[in-house]
Amino acid sequence: MAKPVVAQAGNLQVLDVSQGLRESIPVLLGVIPFGITCGIIGITTGLTHVETILMSLLVFAGASQFVAMTMLGAGIADWSIIVFTTFLINLRHFIMGASLAPYMMKLPLPFQALLSFGMVDESYALTANRIYKVGYSPYYQLSVSMSLYLTWVISTVFGVMMGGYLANCLEWGLDFAMTATFLVLLIPRLVDRISLLVCTLSGIIAVLAALYLPGKWYIIVACLVASVIGSIMERMRGHEK
Amino acid sequence: MRSDILLIILGMAVVTFVTRFGCLILFRQTGVPAFLEGWLKHVPTAILTALILPSLLLPKGYLDLSLQNHYLLAGIFASLVAYKSRSILATVGLGIILMFSLHWAGQTGLLSF
Repeated sequence: MAKPVVAQAGNLQVLDVSQGLRESIPVLLGVIPFGITCGIIGITTGLTHVETILMSLLVFAGASQFVAMTMLGAGIADWSIIVFTTFLINLRHFIMGASLAPYMMKLPLPFQALLSFGMVDESYALTANRIYKVGYSPYYQLSVSMSLYLTWVISTVFGVMMGGYLANCLEWGLDFAMTATFLVLLIPRLVDRISLLVCTLSGIIAVLAALYLPGKWYIIVACLVASVIGSIMERMRGHEK
Repeated sequence: MRSDILLIILGMAVVTFVTRFGCLILFRQTGVPAFLEGWLKHVPTAILTALILPSLLLPKGYLDLSLQNHYLLAGIFASLVAYKSRSILATVGLGIILMFSLHWAGQTGLLSF
């Protein structure tokens, strides 16, 4: 009697993996140009091919890689500034990890670590969606995050290789691809008054700070001030109700 | 491979992993404190805006609100595409096509501004 149960469990794992792969396809389509841009930006900001690919392999965090490369390109090679900025940009993963923690805690620690390494915005969103609809599956989460990871690394390699041929096009403003990508990530977030307020504040502060502060400090200043004011406003509104 | 760059990459890798794994260790009993949750929720919106707006308004390091600022024109266009389509492919593709067209038009003198 034990055998069919084991076989069934195995089948369920395969089903979860294939469901994860299937559902990550549309997200992967969005990751490919992002990864290619990452490779191209790496080269244009003066990183070597190996350095650019290694960053995608080890860090696996799109936005912070872009920011770090932009900083390096602007001549900011200060370890603590870049690493701290990376930390700030990825702080949001604390929240995502915390919300998945109750489900992941039962898994073996190395498995938890692997899933955590692959927990980016997209894999979190898909996993949370799956929990809401069907329930948690570590194999679903694993297949989503690993397909994202492989796509990210491969498209970075592709961008690095294509970058040489596109060097001429870069003068034409190919770096705009990064801004356009951020726009698509930002705009769906602006669904309520607080988000609009945070966006407006951050925009004003960022432009003023970019005019008057050295380097890329405008990112940190704008982010800290706007997000703190946003959370205070939200709490005040919560108390009124 | 330069050692200072390698150290930066390793540092980035460690802090990124800490943000993704740390909470599993830290809050596994208690859950995330409400004030922290309230703040972190707004960080992505704030940081994305702080990345986007200066790159559109100050693409060369100084404030440029003229029609010669292709980043600003393409940015307004890409915002509309992003709002309508919610698609990275469409927004990046059409945005880049506009950037290239503006550059080409500017070089060949098709547009006088």
